[in-house]
Amino acid sequence: MTIKTVLEAVHDAMQEEMRRDETVFIMGEDIGARGGVFLATEGFLQEFGEDRVIDTPLAESSIAGIALGAAMHGMRPIAEIEFGDFIWPTINQIVGEAARVRYGTDGKLNAPMVLRAPHGGGVRGALYHSQSVEAFFAHTPGLKVITPSTPYDAKGLLKSAIRDDDPVIFLEHKRTYRLVRGEVPDEEYTLPIGKADLKREGSDVTIITYGLMLHHCLEAAEAVEMDDIDVEVLDLRTVRPLDTDAILETTKKTGKVLIVHEDNKTLGVGAEVSAIISENAFEYLDGPVARLAGPEVPAMPFSPPLEDMYMINSAKIENSIRQLAEY
Amino acid sequence: MIVDLVDETGDHDNGAFERAVRTAAEDGTTKPTTGEPTSNSQKSDLKQLANKENSDNPDLLSMYHRMVLCRTLDERIWMLNRQGKAAIMASSQGHEAGQIGSVEALKKGYDQFYIYYRDLAVLLELGLTPAEIIKGFVAKEGEPLSGARQFPTHGAHPEYGIINLSNVVATQIPQGVGAALSAKMKGEDRVVIVYFGDGASSAGDCHEAMNFAAIHKLPVIFFCENNKYAISVPLKNQMAVDSVASRAESYGMPGIEVDGCDIIAVYEATSEAARRARSGHGPSLIEARVERYLPHTSDDDDSIYRSADEIKEAKKRDPLKMLKDLLNSSGLLNEEAEELINKEALQAVNEATDEAENAPYPKTDNFFRHVVGDGSE
Repeated sequence: MTIKTVLEAVHDAMQEEMRRDETVFIMGEDIGARGGVFLATEGFLQEFGEDRVIDTPLAESSIAGIALGAAMHGMRPIAEIEFGDFIWPTINQIVGEAARVRYGTDGKLNAPMVLRAPHGGGVRGALYHSQSVEAFFAHTPGLKVITPSTPYDAKGLLKSAIRDDDPVIFLEHKRTYRLVRGEVPDEEYTLPIGKADLKREGSDVTIITYGLMLHHCLEAAEAVEMDDIDVEVLDLRTVRPLDTDAILETTKKTGKVLIVHEDNKTLGVGAEVSAIISENAFEYLDGPVARLAGPEVPAMPFSPPLEDMYMINSAKIENSIRQLAEY
Repeated sequence: MIVDLVDETGDHDNGAFERAVRTAAEDGTTKPTTGEPTSNSQKSDLKQLANKENSDNPDLLSMYHRMVLCRTLDERIWMLNRQGKAAIMASSQGHEAGQIGSVEALKKGYDQFYIYYRDLAVLLELGLTPAEIIKGFVAKEGEPLSGARQFPTHGAHPEYGIINLSNVVATQIPQGVGAALSAKMKGEDRVVIVYFGDGASSAGDCHEAMNFAAIHKLPVIFFCENNKYAISVPLKNQMAVDSVASRAESYGMPGIEVDGCDIIAVYEATSEAARRARSGHGPSLIEARVERYLPHTSDDDDSIYRSADEIKEAKKRDPLKMLKDLLNSSGLLNEEAEELINKEALQAVNEATDEAENAPYPKTDNFFRHVVGDGSE
């Protein structure tokens, strides 16, 4: 085991897969000589050459469309979108095209591609460098959407995403990149897509979350422990497909569920998780399914007090836990 | 059932083919008159092209045969639509020479063809049968591109190198460039040809894709079938310049404007672009000036925005007639052969119609199959 950051885990996963499989290549903005704006591809140009590390023009739609074309012809492209907020020009090629390749050709073609993007806020990124984008993609059958929270998960899941035979949207919370460290095995491993992970066991209240928020949830769970509130924390890790079994299992165990995500609440991932619980485990509930999520403003504002008001933190989560525990 | 080739509604003139045959017979051009082509395209040496001993040359008579088949099939599908039997149809009448001439210049079963919804002749050229195509229009089992999940002619046929994923114009252009990138990375000498209309040339994806292909000298041919209308919008409202091909220079690749009704000119232009692509010199943009004889689709009414005189004028450049005149004048086609060609095409389309109409609808058992892979591939 070695202690790594999320960023290092992402870097290592891509590097290992590119060493393992010649059909894997990466394309995106500033990923070559610059090594990526976050340095996720640092050293790649030197190791793999410009044929497999392609600095593209600033044109996201074609980054996705060209990657898709290559994927349909035997390659395994990783298309990097520099910031999640720049991902919208890819929607046509990803939601309209990549997601339908397999279904629309009755299985004759498939698109083994990964669209990676750093997303999320709390980094003073303002309206155009902070947005959470998972819900837009998670709505679409034909796509898989991964939102890792730890270095271990990021590496294992990114390797699986690259090896997957369908289009995968891999969303790395940019606040976790250098903030979150953790043990990563030195030996080869992958993690299954679509499996949640129980990050903390408890008996009174379940928190279901993913991405950066996992870490705030774990802090809050620690904080309420002294008041004898025993919190279980389920990390979804993948938001499409959702791990329905794990969601229902923890619901049946504690009877009280709080869903936490940074993305705004309306029609977000929490809405779907809540509906799954209501439909399948209603009789196990000891209280209403609660959601703590981003506010209904179009995107995250810049000035520190404004951004702080947007972001969910452990104090806000702690408050929500106490309310639900008392119900 | 067998349907008659007469358009019952009289909405549109579908008799171009029969008229062309009649005209040729009346003209008496069934004997060799001159060795020179009468085509108004760039000069090409017909005798050399018609020389079957040189296997690199296209067989013009066979191309004519295939063109007649495509026109007959197109007319039939349009009529099936008018009878309420076939789904929406984007007719390729007027585009046939551009499509057949370009496919002829490429390697079938090896090169990749990213097509769009008005490419009926490309499908036939690459190996789809008339019955398989009509099955798409009547949404029956056995439709080979998407299992009748998609609109007719959409889906993919990897063995034939056919990819036609989307109804959204221009999305195929970056995808085709990605296919060309894949060929280059794998060290294959495969060429990708991407077909699109003048309408798609306005989309951002077209610009982004051409720019990327030129930067990386990718083996791709951008083949614009310019029929001068984006649904109802004429060229003057689509672009301030005279041609799509003129944009090529600004990307750093050659742009060639050809008479898309002249099958030889198209063949030659595409052959040159393919040589260029295959030898590592990068992309080319071919603008084939074609005609659209029918409305945008069977759901459109072009009489609202296009005059009958304009269409009448366009039909003077009917690609079938142009090739037929050429063959007649060089003694490669006579009345008897022509009748046989027409008869064979009609018979093939009649049989295909029967087969497609009698085919069952797809079963619903597989409705959820192929959303994502189940690991069985």
